[in-house]
Amino acid sequence: MLNIDSLETGIVIDHIKAGASMRVYKLLGLDKLDCCVAVIKNAKSSKFGRKDIIKIEGITDIDLDVLGFIDHNITVDIIREGKIVEKKKLVPPQYLKNVVRCKNPRCITSIEQGLDQIFQLHEVNGARQYRCIYCEQEYQSRQG
Amino acid sequence: MRHLIDPLDFTKEEVLDLLDLADDIANDRFRYGEVCRGKKLATLFYEPSTRTRLSFEAAMLNLGGSVLGFSTADSSSASKGESVADTIRVVSGYADICAMRHPKEGAPLVASRYARIPVINAGDGGHQHPTQTLTDLMTIRRRCGRLNNLTIGLCGDLKFGRTVHSLMKSLARFEGIRFIMISPEELRVPDYIRDEVLKAKGIPYREVETMEEVMPELDILYMTRVQRERFFNEEDYIRLKDTYVLDTQKLKAAKETMAVLHPLPRVNEIAGEVDDDPRAAYFEQAQNGVYVRMALIMKLLGLTL
Repeated sequence: MLNIDSLETGIVIDHIKAGASMRVYKLLGLDKLDCCVAVIKNAKSSKFGRKDIIKIEGITDIDLDVLGFIDHNITVDIIREGKIVEKKKLVPPQYLKNVVRCKNPRCITSIEQGLDQIFQLHEVNGARQYRCIYCEQEYQSRQG
Repeated sequence: MRHLIDPLDFTKEEVLDLLDLADDIANDRFRYGEVCRGKKLATLFYEPSTRTRLSFEAAMLNLGGSVLGFSTADSSSASKGESVADTIRVVSGYADICAMRHPKEGAPLVASRYARIPVINAGDGGHQHPTQTLTDLMTIRRRCGRLNNLTIGLCGDLKFGRTVHSLMKSLARFEGIRFIMISPEELRVPDYIRDEVLKAKGIPYREVETMEEVMPELDILYMTRVQRERFFNEEDYIRLKDTYVLDTQKLKAAKETMAVLHPLPRVNEIAGEVDDDPRAAYFEQAQNGVYVRMALIMKLLGLTL
């Protein structure tokens, strides 16, 4: 059994769909942090069978909005002095800025690389979707 | 400062006010001949469009203003790699208002975010064409006397046809509108229009493949051209371009009061013989485009008679 110490101060991102942790790691920009980050893949989960977990040590103020876009089942605990001081509720952000790219070859962002890639949340017939604010093309998860 | 980027940027009431002004201009345009004296319109056309550009220029000239601009990307600094944002920042110092056409979707929205002058979307790729929509609404209202309780037939390229998408969004705000969409399967309206405009608002619609079967029901028949420039594949274009041709024979089944609209230019989707039929409204529609653009320029510049 793999053992990873519990955090004194930091963030635990739990219930990540098994196999999706590296995507979360990238989208949160964790590769740019100097602190200790543990990525646990395929941990046992009573709810999902398998899950991924990410533990970030020493930092509690990361912009986590994007997690609501990735998967609303993800849970986030903020730890201070070894205790959970806050359980963050994830809501899909209204806008995604430079998180994903528009793949529509007809979109202005396809030729003007300096533009921010901005997607806006839309609710259509009860379903949530993100659309490029420039061309209105829906973001498909198979896109990069 | 207001821009017109999306056909829904104006409320329904603002649109109706604008159409009232356009009607007044149509009745006596010479009264408005000095409204824009000393004002300049920049026409930034990154792709060729004779009709829309001339319509904007005629509108500004009719108002007593002047025009400057370019009509292809080759003759602009875009060919040197200048961004839309930089171009509009510069042009904001040269003109009082601008109309932009661009082959890429969203370019006028980008411009509006950096502009110090009102920006009018004069067509962005296959996306939106709000001034064509205002023109269409004006023509429908003048022909039918109303914008509610109408059965609207949309025929041809409903997938890439931006005028169709803009018109559907705008008409969806009026009561009692019903759409009949006539197109080959490959050129049907995109899912997001069907879901967000039609299903979400509970607007009745049908999708059919021939115009003959629905002709007697229509108050408006809106014809479109299958546009070569929207296809990446020439074979698909050639296969689909002649799917629908309206002629006098097919018109026999239509109501006497029906109006045939077309954003123009047509290629061969409306036979020349239809031009003499009183139901042909497309040249009148092009004329209305000048009046409605005059009204729009006045509104965005905050000018009155």
